[in-house]
Amino acid sequence: MNNTFNLVWLIPTLPLLGFLINGLGRKSLSKSASGLIGSAVVLGSFIISIMTFIQVKQGHTGVIHFFDFLRVSGLKVAFSFQIDQLSSLFLLIITGVGFLIHVYSTAYMHDEEGKDFAKYFAYLNLFVFSMLLLVMGGNFLILFVGWEGVGLCSYLLIGYWYENNNYTDAAKKAFVMNRIGDLGFLLALFWLISKTGSMEYSQVLNAASLAKLTTFDITGITLLMFVGATGKSAQIPLFTWLPDAMAGPTPVSALIHAATMVTAGIYLIARSNILFSSALITQQVITIIGLATAFLAASIALKQNDIKKILAYSTVSQLGFMFLALGTGNYVAAVFHVLTHAFFKALMFLGSGSVIHAMGGEQDIRNMGGLHKHMKVTSITFLIGCLAISGIPGFSGFFSKDEILAGAFGYNTIIYGVALFTALMTAFYMFRLYIITFTGKFRGTHDQEHHLHESPAAMTIPLIILAILSIIGGYIGIPEVLGGHHELAHYLSPIIPTAHHSLSHQTELMLMGLSTALVLGAITFAWIRFRNFKAEQSNGGLSSFLENKWYVDECYEWIIVRPIKKASSLFQHILENRIIDGSVNGVGKLVNYGSRQLRWLQSGQVGAYVLLMVLGMLLLFVIQFFVS
Amino acid sequence: MDIKAYITLSLVLFTIGIIGVLVRRNAIIIFLCVELMLNAVNLLLVAFSKMHALSPVAKASANFASDAQIFVFFIMVVAAAEVSVGLAIIVMMYRNVHTVDINFLNRLKN
Amino acid sequence: MNISTIVFLLLSLMAVGSALMMIISKNPVHSVLWLILVFFAISGHYILLNAQFLAVVNIIVYAGAIMVLFLFVVMLMNLNADTEPIKNYRMQLAGICSGGTLLLILVLLTNRMDVEQLVQTNVGDAGLIKNLGMSLFKQYVLPFEISSVLFLSAMIGAVVIGKKEETIDQNTNS
Repeated sequence: MNNTFNLVWLIPTLPLLGFLINGLGRKSLSKSASGLIGSAVVLGSFIISIMTFIQVKQGHTGVIHFFDFLRVSGLKVAFSFQIDQLSSLFLLIITGVGFLIHVYSTAYMHDEEGKDFAKYFAYLNLFVFSMLLLVMGGNFLILFVGWEGVGLCSYLLIGYWYENNNYTDAAKKAFVMNRIGDLGFLLALFWLISKTGSMEYSQVLNAASLAKLTTFDITGITLLMFVGATGKSAQIPLFTWLPDAMAGPTPVSALIHAATMVTAGIYLIARSNILFSSALITQQVITIIGLATAFLAASIALKQNDIKKILAYSTVSQLGFMFLALGTGNYVAAVFHVLTHAFFKALMFLGSGSVIHAMGGEQDIRNMGGLHKHMKVTSITFLIGCLAISGIPGFSGFFSKDEILAGAFGYNTIIYGVALFTALMTAFYMFRLYIITFTGKFRGTHDQEHHLHESPAAMTIPLIILAILSIIGGYIGIPEVLGGHHELAHYLSPIIPTAHHSLSHQTELMLMGLSTALVLGAITFAWIRFRNFKAEQSNGGLSSFLENKWYVDECYEWIIVRPIKKASSLFQHILENRIIDGSVNGVGKLVNYGSRQLRWLQSGQVGAYVLLMVLGMLLLFVIQFFVS
Repeated sequence: MDIKAYITLSLVLFTIGIIGVLVRRNAIIIFLCVELMLNAVNLLLVAFSKMHALSPVAKASANFASDAQIFVFFIMVVAAAEVSVGLAIIVMMYRNVHTVDINFLNRLKN
Repeated sequence: MNISTIVFLLLSLMAVGSALMMIISKNPVHSVLWLILVFFAISGHYILLNAQFLAVVNIIVYAGAIMVLFLFVVMLMNLNADTEPIKNYRMQLAGICSGGTLLLILVLLTNRMDVEQLVQTNVGDAGLIKNLGMSLFKQYVLPFEISSVLFLSAMIGAVVIGKKEETIDQNTNS
């Protein structure tokens, strides 16, 4: 079915079309129309993505060249799409989960005005378009275009309710931190171009071009790319924007900050795996940072009380896991975890949206409780999500997470230990969230209690679909040790060379058993602890430290923000006011002074006139006789 | 006598007159200095007339050299007329402003 | 160094010195008197150059009539050293400097000239009354007559300007 490649250009174009229609016609379209258009275009892209996927599975991959984007002396960059196993997999995730979230949004955002509603869908479509460009691009430049585009849409969507200054501040924070990462990415690109002369994947990502680069080059380029990834995928030190990004609507958090944008960094590194495999130092850096981020974020999540913030820190933590996998050379595991994480995290975010919707906007879990009675579907699907993220066997998260842990064990035992502990924390805080929110007695106000209801079908059906995927999504990656074939690894092998497992089957089984047992223990501990939850006072010491997010934001404030503000005020007062204004005003003062002196010419004093006469005469004499 | 000596002398007197005009503020003194300037010029003219008296042209026409002296005569005529009118003006100004300080006689302003 | 040169130098010294004293002295009456001295010196120069008529006319007209007129006006206004206004020093300096510069330049100019002409002194009939008279009444009779008209107009002008106004209060606007 080669003709599918002819339709590939439609995949990004349909959402772009949706963006234009909803964006330009936002004042005239009705709510149902804009919701329909917004969702339909993504559905169209999803259908074509499926067709493409089938074709790729049969082995037909390729680079589709549209036109030459840039042609500067020596450097030729084309606008091309690379359709291969990695990109088609991501296409499915983006369009599939994206479609479900679009449908969910039609109900969730129902209270918005007509033109704001259309604006929301326009931004969402633009985001999907940018993300599709990112994964489909055939060279680093198109990837970067998409990279910037998703950053922009993230800013637009976080600050969607723009009247609130806190929300717009959060949007700015996200954008600025993204930008810092982007600088690193750009430097990496420039370095790459200067050494290899091209940005096309087909020309750069092979052994031949690798030979052109020295170790220093490779380490530098990969480190800078990783800096870009830290910004986009919220790793230390550029992670503080993601919890603040929860200011945006919940479906936005689900799509952008759980399933797609934050995985752009993973995609980048997975795509360039051949470069990273040769850069041992960078890999060590990635491992350490990924692990540290996972640990840090999980510890903060233990003590948060806002339902979305818990999920946000959970996302940061899971991203840390993915980077840990990348750092240990386990690229397939990272991509696998991207897939499963997209399912259960989007599920949980949408579930939390359902809860918030039912609670009339309340987000503090201390005021919730016992919601299981009122919202069965939401509760059950959320539970499935929690089980998946904790890594209970049978659910998708189990397979991907265990693969990561196995890879970590083979790399370094201490790292494995910390990662395992973090996985336990994950299970603990996730079930803390579930137990406090859905079980026990309701702790909110009476009005809220009357308002509680299950969400409409447009919201619950995506939940159900995602829950099913969270269960079965793992089966494409059943490892050999359990009798499976690890379909995913075989599928991705043209892009990512299969790593040889250094662990024996026995060790792997042992690790699986160990982690499962410990996780069950953690869940039981959470159940005991939070069964009869009453809102507790915040206790000092470690709790307060965790609750205040390790004071990271405060550190940034003191180390970075204040000096910059100081410097800028310095510039304001000295440069702007004294020097520049001084010189501009000085010109005026000079003219004033000069004219005051010149006024003497017309003073009416005869003596002055005579003096001037004499001087003129003098001048004439001099000119006449001495100069000529 | 060298003509240059007379030229120099005349110039010195003339510039003294100019300095006097610039330095003094009394209108009458300024007027006096103007007279001095005129006289310096007179002196120079007479000197030139005598210079030309020695040139070959003078032998030809009888009154060649005395033309300059006639000129001096007329300068004196004009000076006399000018002094009378000028002093009349100063007296009239004095009657109005009660001072002859030229700084106060600034009706030429603007 | 013959006697003519010595006399010339003396007379020049007297002229320049009196001129300087004229512009320096505070009392206007003194200034007038110094100027009269200058006129005498210049008349001396005229005699040296054998311009007899002009020498005498200079004394009669200038020193005798014009300066006396000045003295009348000075005394009419009761000007003496006290009423002399205080000069702005900056202006004085500017005046002296520019005047001095002018002198310097002019003297330099004259030195550049390649004129080595001599002046006829002590002798010569160019300045004799007879020759001047002949020239005046033959060639220049027209300007001579017109100068009388000039005098007439000057007289009328002086009288008209000097007349006392009927309305003394209002300022004349010119």
